[in-house]
Amino acid sequence: MASIEMRNIVKKYGDGFPAVNDISLDIADGEFMILVGPSGCGKSTLLRMIVGLEDITSGDMVIGGDRVNDKAPRERNLSMVFQNYALYPHMSVYENIAFPLRLAKTPDDKVDRLVKEAADVLELHEHLERKPANLSGGQRQRVAMGRAIVRQAEAFLFDEPLSNLDAKLRGQMRTEIARLQRRLGITTVYVTHDQTEAMTLGDRVCVLRKGSIQQVASPRELYEQPVNLFVAGFIGSPPMNFLPATVEGNRLQTPFGPIELDERRAAAVAGRDLLLVGIRPEYFEDASLVDDAKKPLGSTFTARVDVTEWLGDQQYAYIPYEAPEKIRTHLQELSRELDSEELRTQAIVSIDATSRIREGRDAEFWLDSRKVHVFDPETGENLTRDAEAGAALTQMANEDREEQVAEAAGGLTGERSSGAA
Amino acid sequence: MSTKEKTGWIIGGIVIALYALFPIAWIVSLSLKSSADLNAGGFLPATGFSWDNYSLILTGSASDLFLPALRNSFGICLIATFISVFLSMFAAYAIARLDFPGKKFILGTALGVAIFPVISIVTPLFNLWRQIGLYDTWPGLIIPYLSLTLPLSIWTMSAFFREIPWEMEQAAQVDGATTWQAFRKVIVPLAAPGVFTTAIIAFFIAWNDFVYGISLTSTGASRPVPAALGLFSGASQFEDPTGAIAAAAVIVTIPVVILVLVFQRRIVAGLTNGAVKG
Repeated sequence: MASIEMRNIVKKYGDGFPAVNDISLDIADGEFMILVGPSGCGKSTLLRMIVGLEDITSGDMVIGGDRVNDKAPRERNLSMVFQNYALYPHMSVYENIAFPLRLAKTPDDKVDRLVKEAADVLELHEHLERKPANLSGGQRQRVAMGRAIVRQAEAFLFDEPLSNLDAKLRGQMRTEIARLQRRLGITTVYVTHDQTEAMTLGDRVCVLRKGSIQQVASPRELYEQPVNLFVAGFIGSPPMNFLPATVEGNRLQTPFGPIELDERRAAAVAGRDLLLVGIRPEYFEDASLVDDAKKPLGSTFTARVDVTEWLGDQQYAYIPYEAPEKIRTHLQELSRELDSEELRTQAIVSIDATSRIREGRDAEFWLDSRKVHVFDPETGENLTRDAEAGAALTQMANEDREEQVAEAAGGLTGERSSGAA
Repeated sequence: MSTKEKTGWIIGGIVIALYALFPIAWIVSLSLKSSADLNAGGFLPATGFSWDNYSLILTGSASDLFLPALRNSFGICLIATFISVFLSMFAAYAIARLDFPGKKFILGTALGVAIFPVISIVTPLFNLWRQIGLYDTWPGLIIPYLSLTLPLSIWTMSAFFREIPWEMEQAAQVDGATTWQAFRKVIVPLAAPGVFTTAIIAFFIAWNDFVYGISLTSTGASRPVPAALGLFSGASQFEDPTGAIAAAAVIVTIPVVILVLVFQRRIVAGLTNGAVKG
């Protein structure tokens, strides 16, 4: 087990294009770090530089206190799970898992014991003699993980391990990976483009865009205090709505009526002209279902609903709105960068599942203005970010993690001693 | 598929099989005829089956010509195949995996060599081989055979290597393998069907060669079977050695058939199934 430090890592390809541009990131011992971003942001390249499959153009990669820039992958003692599993098809599941041990010239009885242990953890016992071709996607995934956990590696690296599984299995495997990592307490770097995986698995999440870091923080901080438009738009599903707004004193004029700002935020946006206000879908509600006590904390507006989607536990309403040409181009650019295709300017609004709002009609909505963020459309910067509140959220997550790691360590020694007895 | 279509396919298949197998059947029947029967014209020997032709080439007067030739052919072709497969394995691996300047040029040249007419280089080669003492020796045939087999081997094998996901190797390296270990323990076993296919193709090419065999040899020291067949003579100068040639042709076909039967079990398509997402 080891910490991983990256100092000013740069990766330039032959044509001079920097796939990874000046990244510095510290991953603590035992931490679960997620690298997330849309395709082409350099997250996989960064992971492959950690493991040594990709040369580092400049900067230092330090694992467990040693600079490993010039070390071959096999000298770094890291284990990796590939996106397409990369199992050896000519070997049985047993030999696949045993492969790293065989290469390390481990005695047969020890190989047998370790492989059986790994198979127990991953419930692969009855498949040990089968060939990978005869396994289902989820089983192959588990074999790939078995090969990773069978030896004492310094860290685990995952390269989009769940992207080839169907949605249901992905959910199960996600939980499984989280459980495994907590139990083994090994430093983990996990690459994904799926923000659900990023939010649920990570102790901290590093959001990348075009080869540079946007924000490194706990999932909660990313969600509540994003540094810019990109992070705000990337984290959260359905994504945050961005409405054009103009400042009028303490108020923002938006297509959905005026939004009152508190003093801190009003001061931050004072003197600005055209802005983008970011409102998450769940900050909206069907006005008729909001408590009278809560109502004064937000504003009410009427809008025509285009489409509604009822999902059982919740309901989404789509409300189209007009935006100035300049804002539209900005938003389209942003959505392209986020790998989505936004064809029209519309707000996605989450309302209670029991709401009787129907499509094609005007309806009254309530908007919780306490948590809205205001962004500069030119730079994308979040003008109303509360850095202190954000840091507090990440601090909280860190404390939780330390507690869990300590518990896992205690639990593990307990298990071991009982096993010995 | 309806019954009608099925019958159509079966009939078509039989017609094609008959068309392809008829010459072989004829040669087999020819080899079993006595010399008096040869020109009788019937498909089956009129006076019954005779093993005369086989005893002639295996123990009789033609055995001096045939048996050394058989030995030469086996030795030369196996060595040429082995060297060709071994070399092209590394060449094809480099071509499939590495991006180096001149890669296209090498592949193009290989193809150029493969389609270059053999007959046009036989004469210069004949002179050169005599000067440097390779004329009528095993290496004197192995080297030109390599020029025939290597280009095709490199092309076939690089196609196979390209099919193997690169992640396989990278996974092996992360698991602690050196480049050589990754190649030997992961890539070679996966490429095995490709290696065997290539070996069979290379062996056929060398085994069937006639031009080099007849031009670059003069004695039983290195003359291969196809060349030896051309030198068979009849029992008297008025008799064609047709029966003996037919018998020898049958005998040299047998190893090829055996080779294919042995290796076709190895050429299992889809061995890489299950390596990556399915």
